[in-house]
This record gives sequence, structure tokens and C-alpha cells, in this order.
Amino acid sequence: MKVTSNEQALLKGLAANDSAIIEQLYQENFSTIQAFILANNGSYDDAKDVFQEAMITLYEKAQSGSFVLTCQIKTYVYSVCRRLWLKKLQQMGRFSHPVDNLEETISVDDDLEQHAKHDAAFAIMDRALKSLGEPCKSLLEGYYLQKMDMQALASEFGYTNADNAKNQKYKCLMRLKKLFFAQYNIGE
Amino acid sequence: MEDLILLETIEKYLSNQMDAQEKTAFELVRKNTPEIDQMVVEHAMFLQQMDQYSAVKSIKQTLTQTHQNLLERGEISNSNEDSRGAQVIQLFHKYKRVAAIAASVGGVIALFISGLALYISPVSHNSQIQQLSNDIAAIKKSQQYQGKLINEVKSKLPAGVKFISGGSGFLIDAKGFIVTNAHVIKGTGAIVVDNNGKEYVAQIALIDQEKDLAILKIDDADYTSKKSLPYSIRKSTTDLGEEIFTLGYPRNEIVYGTGYLSARSGYEGDSLSYQLQMSANPGNSGAPVFDNAGEVIGVLSTREAQLEGVVFALKSNNIYKVVNDYNASNEGSKDIKISTRSNISRMSRKKQIATLESCVYYVKSFDK
Repeated sequence: MKVTSNEQALLKGLAANDSAIIEQLYQENFSTIQAFILANNGSYDDAKDVFQEAMITLYEKAQSGSFVLTCQIKTYVYSVCRRLWLKKLQQMGRFSHPVDNLEETISVDDDLEQHAKHDAAFAIMDRALKSLGEPCKSLLEGYYLQKMDMQALASEFGYTNADNAKNQKYKCLMRLKKLFFAQYNIGE
Repeated sequence: MEDLILLETIEKYLSNQMDAQEKTAFELVRKNTPEIDQMVVEHAMFLQQMDQYSAVKSIKQTLTQTHQNLLERGEISNSNEDSRGAQVIQLFHKYKRVAAIAASVGGVIALFISGLALYISPVSHNSQIQQLSNDIAAIKKSQQYQGKLINEVKSKLPAGVKFISGGSGFLIDAKGFIVTNAHVIKGTGAIVVDNNGKEYVAQIALIDQEKDLAILKIDDADYTSKKSLPYSIRKSTTDLGEEIFTLGYPRNEIVYGTGYLSARSGYEGDSLSYQLQMSANPGNSGAPVFDNAGEVIGVLSTREAQLEGVVFALKSNNIYKVVNDYNASNEGSKDIKISTRSNISRMSRKKQIATLESCVYYVKSFDK
């Protein structure tokens, strides 16, 4: 199926974290996924988790510029959710034959493998930041995630000058890197 | 302090904040100092991870927020029921608990009734358990496999006989009395084969279908009685956890197996048997079950068809009962005497087996 320019625009919006576009994607796809999960031993909360994970997978793909969607977003999201959910059912040991409403699916195993790697890295970073403690966590988040400058950080965290803040930030960063690389394997 | 400046420089370089001159100078340093190059690569990777983390974190926030908004506006539903068609499936899900309860009540009643039926007629084996005798097809196969053996059998037996079933058996009296399962003896006569492949003609002395035991008497000029048997047969019952071993003929060669006693009763509470945990195969029927001291505690007879490793053995005191029956019907001269002393109790397992091997026989039943 040919991907319309509209779909590419949606992907771009997703990659840019555009909330209006994300809302549109949500409206168009969530209830299908919810119906699928509910028909296959799942709950509303399961549907929410699985759907959001699929959206993140799509987001990761959309972010890398080289990504070209070969099917409709709807089909892609459905395929990812279906795969994720069946895997989860299998892990819980309540695998039954999936009830499909004859929706079209595509193979998404490679994408999911990629996503699992990203997800693992995300979890490691999350844990590392959490075990870092305050004020390190907020300081680093301010600098690296919210992109605040040193002067603003110094005043926010009550350091006498930017150099002191810089010094503190350096110490925190070293600890974070140590925590992160202790679990993250560069080779993989 | 030096490290701090270095890291700051690296960050500056990576975020493209250097002017052309600085950049060239730094790239030269990087080229000439592998340590610094390594640090740059590592830090670049780390910053990329941070960026990725940050991006995914904010998309997660957006998703959660969007979900919340749509939910508040009623555009998506948080119910656990499928609002979009598929009524049949929905109904099924709604009532599946009730259906499951009904089904399990039915199942329990069915099990109870079949258990009751089994209790009333303990010997009527149903398909849940498998008798461990070999069927005719398996025997045929082994005959083809050991052509030499067949010739010898033919010389010992009248022409035109057909093997029906096979299993294992063991001596209970050195004079040549062998115990096996009644279901192993489906034909009118039997021959027994010892661990060297030597065959002897045996007569059926007694069959007790209820206890599923049979006594064979070796009636062959070639048979030389042993002085005494190395093992005894236990009169009392044994208890849970007893380590056990067996020797039998699931194939043409004697096979050793071990396990433990897992329950005091057999299939569905059958009080004549024990439940054992060990692997057994067709052909093991009638094989002796020994405890560590080399005393016979039971006769392997059936296994649970659905469960791997669940095997049932008739308690050894049943052997005494059938022997008493035999002796009562016999005119005294050739009473079976069971030895009550085991003289292999202190041997190593290997030696025990070497001693016991010659007392365990491959039993083949035939029909004329």
C-alpha cells in the first residue's frame, strides 16, 4: 500500500513530539488496539501499556531520518501491538490462539528487537539517574535534558557562581557515567 | 581540575561550539592521543544516550498526557469491555468464569465417579494407566532384531506358536519359580530368557488377575537351580522417600533404573500398590523393585499415561499372598519357599547388580 504524504506528515509530527499529531494518532488507533487486547485476555491497562510502547517504537523509527514506512501507520501499530501482546501472553503462560479481526499485519520482529535494546538502555539510564540522588539528578537533568545554561543552574541550585555549579556538575556527571557504563555494554 | 577542563573541551567540541582554529587544534590532539580520542568517542556515545533518554522521556509524557486528555473528553474508553462489535466474543468473556466453574464442577464429578468405579473394580485398568508389558508388534520387532534368538526359541517350542506379550520377571525361589505380572502372561505358555540370552521353557503355575500377579515355574532340563537367592522379599510395607532401583527388560538387554518411593498408594488410591518416581517403559512390567539393601519391595506394573515418570508397583506382600495360595493348592512336595534374608545389603550397587542380574528374566508369553 502506498504511503500517502499525509502519513509521512504524521510521522514527522510524531518525531517532533507534536502533541496535536500524537493526539490524532491516538484517536485513530487506540480503540482498535484496545479491542484486540480485550479480545485476547487483556485489560484496559494492558491496552494502554502496549499501545504506548508501540508508539514509542514508531517514534524511535521516525526519529532516525532514514526510516521509510512501507505500510500504513495503522497496520504498523497494529502489528507491533499484536507482537508485543502475544509475547507478553506467552510470558504469562496464558497463551491461547490469537483472536484477530482479520487485520493486515507485517513482520516487525527486527524493529522490536531494536526497540528492546533502546528500552534496555532507557531503563539503565533511568536507574542510574535515580540512584544518583539529589541534587545531582536535578542538576544533570537541568543541564542535559532541559538544556539550561550554567548561570541559570547556579542560581536555581544556589551555587555562588557558575564555576561552582560547573564543578559540581562535573562530579555528578562522572558518577552518572560510572553508574551507566557499569551496566551498559558498549559492545552491544 | 585538569579532567574537568578536558571534559568541558570535549563537550564544547561535540556540541560544535568551537571556532575553526580551536577545532583544528583539538582534532590534532585527538589524533595524536588515543586516550583522548577514546574519551571523545565514549562521551559522544554517552551524550547520545542522554539525548535518547530525554527524547523518549518526553514522548512518554506526551503520550500519558494525550491519553489523559482523550479519556477526559470521552474519546477513548477505559472500560474493560469491548465496545466495538464482536458481541459473541464479549459474551464469552463475560461468562467465561461461570462457564469455567460449571465445567470444573462437571469435571470433578466425572473424576469422582470414575474414581469410584475404579475403586469398586481395582483391576479393570483404564486408559489412564499403561501396563508395561510389550505388545506383539514390539515383540515381533525384537524377534527380527535378534534372529539368532528366534532359532533357539523355535527349537524349544512347538512349531506355529505366536508371541503375544512380553515383560520382565524374577526368581522368588531358587528352584525356578518366577514372579511376574498377570498382564504379561496373556498366552497359554511362556519362555523365560536370562541375562545371557539363554532361554528356558516355563509353565504357568498360578495367575491371580485381581492382584495382577503370576507365578511361572521353569520346566526345562537345561535349568540348573541355584543354591539360594541373594535377596529377600519384604513382608512389611516400606515408606516414602525410600530410594529404589529396578532391573528389567524394556529391550532385549537388561536395563537398570533408579528412583524413589513417592506415595504409599497407587493409581487413584489403589492400596495394593506404591507410586514410584522413576522412568519405566513397556517391558518393565513384572520387574522387581529393590530398596538400597537389595530387598524386593514391589513388582513394577503400570505407569500413568499422561505423566512422565509416575510409575506404580505392586507391594511385595502381595507376593506372599499368591505364594500362599499356590502352596495351599499344591501337594506339599514342591512348595515355594521365599528367602527372608538378603545377603547383598552391604555390597556396592555395582556388585549388587552383578549378583541380581542372573535372577531377573525376560518373560515372553506365547499362544499356540
